[in-house]
Amino acid sequence: MNTKGKVFKYPDNVDTDVIIPARYLNTSDAQELSKHCMEDIDTEFVKKVNKGDIMVAGWNFGCGSSREHAPLVIKTCGTGCVIAKSFARIFYRNAINIGLPILECPEAADGISAGDEVEVDFDTGVITDLTSNTTYQARPFPEFIQNIIRAGGLLKSLKK
Amino acid sequence: MGMTMTQKILAAHAGLEKVEAGQLISAKLDIVLGNDITTPVAVNEFKKAGFDSVFDKNRIAIVLDHFVPNKDIKAAEQSKQCREFACEHCVSHFYDVGKMGIEHALLPEQGVVTAGDCIIGADSHTCTYGALGAFSTGVGSTDMAAGMATGTAWFKVPSALKFELSGSLPKNCSGKDVILTIIGMIGVDGALYKSMEFSGEGVSSLSMDDRLCICNMAIEAGAKNGIFPVDGVTRAYLKGRTEREPVEYSADSDAVYEKVIKINLSDIVPTVACPHLPENTKPASELSDIKIDQVVIGSCTNGRMEDMEAAYKILSGKKVADGVRCIIIPATMAVYRECVERGYVTAFIDAGAVVSTPTCGPCLGGYMGILAEGERCVATTNRNFVGRMGHVKSEVYLASPQTAASSALTGFITAPKEA
Repeated sequence: MNTKGKVFKYPDNVDTDVIIPARYLNTSDAQELSKHCMEDIDTEFVKKVNKGDIMVAGWNFGCGSSREHAPLVIKTCGTGCVIAKSFARIFYRNAINIGLPILECPEAADGISAGDEVEVDFDTGVITDLTSNTTYQARPFPEFIQNIIRAGGLLKSLKK
Repeated sequence: MGMTMTQKILAAHAGLEKVEAGQLISAKLDIVLGNDITTPVAVNEFKKAGFDSVFDKNRIAIVLDHFVPNKDIKAAEQSKQCREFACEHCVSHFYDVGKMGIEHALLPEQGVVTAGDCIIGADSHTCTYGALGAFSTGVGSTDMAAGMATGTAWFKVPSALKFELSGSLPKNCSGKDVILTIIGMIGVDGALYKSMEFSGEGVSSLSMDDRLCICNMAIEAGAKNGIFPVDGVTRAYLKGRTEREPVEYSADSDAVYEKVIKINLSDIVPTVACPHLPENTKPASELSDIKIDQVVIGSCTNGRMEDMEAAYKILSGKKVADGVRCIIIPATMAVYRECVERGYVTAFIDAGAVVSTPTCGPCLGGYMGILAEGERCVATTNRNFVGRMGHVKSEVYLASPQTAASSALTGFITAPKEA
């Protein structure tokens, strides 16, 4: 499994309130919600994102509320992967549970620039910045979590 | 090598004699919780996966609290979906308007959660119940769905930070000042993936409401959970309240902590977290030139009886400053009723404040106190992120009920007087 796309870059401590503001949470319709993804810090994101594009951020991405709507809207927008220096724990869990690929890699988060063309191989954890011609090695998931991802999410893994 | 209090509870619920930090376990759940925002997503997942029954109708709690009484048609549809699911599965702890309260104030008050429990909730502030000596953590809706179906959840056993408390709080401070001070000290990811275990002789001086407030905001330091030891205060609180027998766990004397942080409660001062992160803390006394438009006293962090009492003592017989909207929201119907009985509601209204029935409302920018561009609010809530309470150019300053009420009277951020 892999993804390839353009990079949208964000700072440290991107919280779930800016990923999807609570004022829109009177619905759980992912398509409807995804129109507002990131709008409080980046009104251009929704207009510019294409399928397979990649978010690259700093420390503690997804902090705050437990709303699963946050990874869900990022995925629904077409984002192929989120790379961050670290993830807040509930976001990390939710992303795995709903099948949004995420990778922790501080070096990549520092090295990759906004707008770069980047390719990510989820099986090996290798991140390639095609624009700067640099590769990074992300920390692999523990096997237990890889099994959840392979099954297609937590509920599917339970049904097996 | 011993275990922390959190590790002991997790080991017992995983049926293991011993666990250690980093280990992946599957643990039995005592309570699975959801609210009107997260439950609809969980119900959809539950149905999509083909489950047709819940593991135990007495172990699931569904609380309508974020947007109730419903703020609009869409919110009403979400509440309806929760109501129908609760009815279909005979969920015994279903709390609708008239019975509801803000979930993390309500479940301890109603005795649904108790010491020794292993709890997940599809709400990040589920970590509140650590105050009772339980392991309790926030998860997402898919975890809630899986928990409702199987009664189990997977966890990575956390390492821990130990906070050794000594002394006792000055009269103008409360649990909120303690947790804001700690978050300012360690940062919003200072306890990422870890437990925050509180201990030391200072614990006994903290009331249950203080402890609930402190554990409530453990997530604001990135923690998996916050937890207090079980003592006389806990036992007195739980007695006659809980439906299940409390089980007391304590950390081993040789438990391993990543770090031990000593805090003298006597040194705590009224503290405010400035926009736009809970770690941007300053003493309230240094912010006296900040003019405010609104004050909110309530939420799962500070909507309990002691919080209402603190606000009453400051506002009673006084007037809210011109140009300030003061919104007071008791967190549960029991707190609301008690405020009526004690005459607090009359005093709040006479002071020029409004008093709402329980709701999360303004805390998450839902309704009941949304901020316009450029407006500033002192709130006893838990987050001050960009746009959290309204316009992206509005500002939220997090503070204790004492500081919030004192600020309402002056129209500027004001440290409560030392009594």
